Amino acid sequence: MTKPVSLSRVAIYATLLAACAVYLIPLVIMLLTSFKSPEDIRTGNLLSWPEVFTAIGWLKAWDGVGGYFWNSVKITIPAVLISTVIGALNGYVLAMWRFRGSQLFFGLLLFGCFLPFQVVLLPASFTIGQLGLANTTSGLVLIHVVYGMAFTTLFFRNYYVSIPDALVRAARLDGAGFFTIFGRILLPMSTPIIMVCLIWQFTQIWNDFLFGVVFASGDTQPITVALNNLVNTSTGAKEYNVDMAAAMIAGLPTLVVYVLAGKYFLRGLTAGAVKG
Amino acid sequence: MATLELRNVNKSYGSGLADTLKNIEISIDSGEFLILVGPSGCGKSTLMNCIAGLEDISGGAILVDDQDISGMSPKDRDIAMVFQSYALYPTMTVHGNIAFGLKMRKMAPAAIEEEVARVAKLLQIEHLLGRKPGQLSGGQQQRVAMGRALARRPKIYLFDEPLSNLDAKLRVEMRTEIKLMHQRLKTTTVYVTHDQIEAMTLGDKVAVMKDGIIQQFGTPKQIYNDPANLFVASFIGSPPMNFIPLRLQRRDGQLLALLDSGQARCELPLGAMEAGFEDREVILGIRPEQILLATDESRNQSSIRAEVEVIEPTGPDTLVFVELNQTKVCCRMAPDDAPQVGQTLELQFDPSKVLLFDAKSGERLLPGKPLASGGKVAQFKAG
Repeated sequence: MTKPVSLSRVAIYATLLAACAVYLIPLVIMLLTSFKSPEDIRTGNLLSWPEVFTAIGWLKAWDGVGGYFWNSVKITIPAVLISTVIGALNGYVLAMWRFRGSQLFFGLLLFGCFLPFQVVLLPASFTIGQLGLANTTSGLVLIHVVYGMAFTTLFFRNYYVSIPDALVRAARLDGAGFFTIFGRILLPMSTPIIMVCLIWQFTQIWNDFLFGVVFASGDTQPITVALNNLVNTSTGAKEYNVDMAAAMIAGLPTLVVYVLAGKYFLRGLTAGAVKG
Repeated sequence: MATLELRNVNKSYGSGLADTLKNIEISIDSGEFLILVGPSGCGKSTLMNCIAGLEDISGGAILVDDQDISGMSPKDRDIAMVFQSYALYPTMTVHGNIAFGLKMRKMAPAAIEEEVARVAKLLQIEHLLGRKPGQLSGGQQQRVAMGRALARRPKIYLFDEPLSNLDAKLRVEMRTEIKLMHQRLKTTTVYVTHDQIEAMTLGDKVAVMKDGIIQQFGTPKQIYNDPANLFVASFIGSPPMNFIPLRLQRRDGQLLALLDSGQARCELPLGAMEAGFEDREVILGIRPEQILLATDESRNQSSIRAEVEVIEPTGPDTLVFVELNQTKVCCRMAPDDAPQVGQTLELQFDPSKVLLFDAKSGERLLPGKPLASGGKVAQFKAG
């Protein structure tokens, strides 16, 4: 037996479809435009189907930003991994091994979540300069690790707070030490929150523009800065197909990460949010 | 197998706060089963954590086999614990859970396998070894938690309210199993509970705690028959002991307790007079099973008539409630003898079992002394 289609159902689905369209149309326009030839773009309208599909835009875009794409990879992957590891350790200590002043320490760390990027630019650039890391990939990695630590610590701490103390006590009685408890008991339980951390940090660091533009120059710039430079060049005719393809290249990794690890994202966020 | 002795153990969280544990003195022999019982917040779990080494003590000493362990870290104390929440490692299999403590102690892999097999057989969980804790029922998790403790063959087992997460039927089953296990293994055990039935059934020795103080320490029989104060008397026993407030009287060198059921009055002779007891406000304690129905032979002018207000059949017994001195009094009777509501009964008390407590301090009066001469049924005088 099928249910009769009611008017309210139709209204709900119509609204949902409209919302989907609002979100998807920009992506569709980008994709279509990236495969058009420049003449096609001039003559057709935004949503028209390409007369001929051509990859010329993508090839040119890769020529322009490809090198910077690898810069971004070299910045993002170490920064994400290091900040996640530090966050996990911090969170473990703050949740399970309360020490004198740990609440204050956690409060100060939280403060880091609310600091706008712009506030730390000058002190950070001074520090990076003193360390001799100015305009290097390592310098950017360091900045992202330090800035991301507040968030990753918060994630892991809230997740571990919801895990009963008895588990750690049982492990202590079983003879496990500080790092054994972390590595053998807690870390294997942490998949959801590790995923949250990876996605969050990856998105933050890959999409970062401000730190990239301030602390890197020339060959060490990340793809976001390169994309900006490419799109803002004022010489010659505007090659929208190249711009769109380059933007797609810049946005693709975060998209892939979301698709692959997205199901853990919500699970992990709510797991940390229920208690603590 | 080890003796356990707590010497003047104190615990406080920071200065200015009230002590959580005050002058705890307990000593049990090797192989004994000690129960720590008391209401929530009485410090029994804190005391257990102190024995395990999960919390430090502020003063005193904890001795296992006459060696002070209070400065040692938990892993060096050779103590295993079963937690209320079981605290099984969720990402490990049952096998992994049981083997974890052995691996941490660097036991040889072959010996670990042997030990896991022995424990699994003992607890009948061989078929569960490959499963994760999440795939087990509450009772099975409980067994695994016990298995983890058993595997290490420690000197002392600690049980922290291990049955409180199980349903009523399973709880009774596991209680019997724990007792059986202890009879077989004879390992010194400390068991925390708030359930007085578990305390009575399992313990060789029971320590009743309240507000961080041991109210009484003794065998279950001593605790039940000879409570040190009003708190112990009220906490142990189900249905609880009846407490009837009254003022002591004196006649011919005898102490008398006056009871009034509304229909009748009687004087209960409590034995020879002691100085200072006259006119004292006291609480008379009597257990429900010690109030008897007067039979044709035993009935005399001393029995007291009372009207039945409520009856509660529990199956094996029927609880009959009457009112004496404006207090509800529960009598436990065989279902066949049980009266109807509104009926008038004649009741008799066993005077050797009647206890007196000071109304203000709650301390037991005339401790250990037989209250009536000869232990015969008290002579009640109908008012």
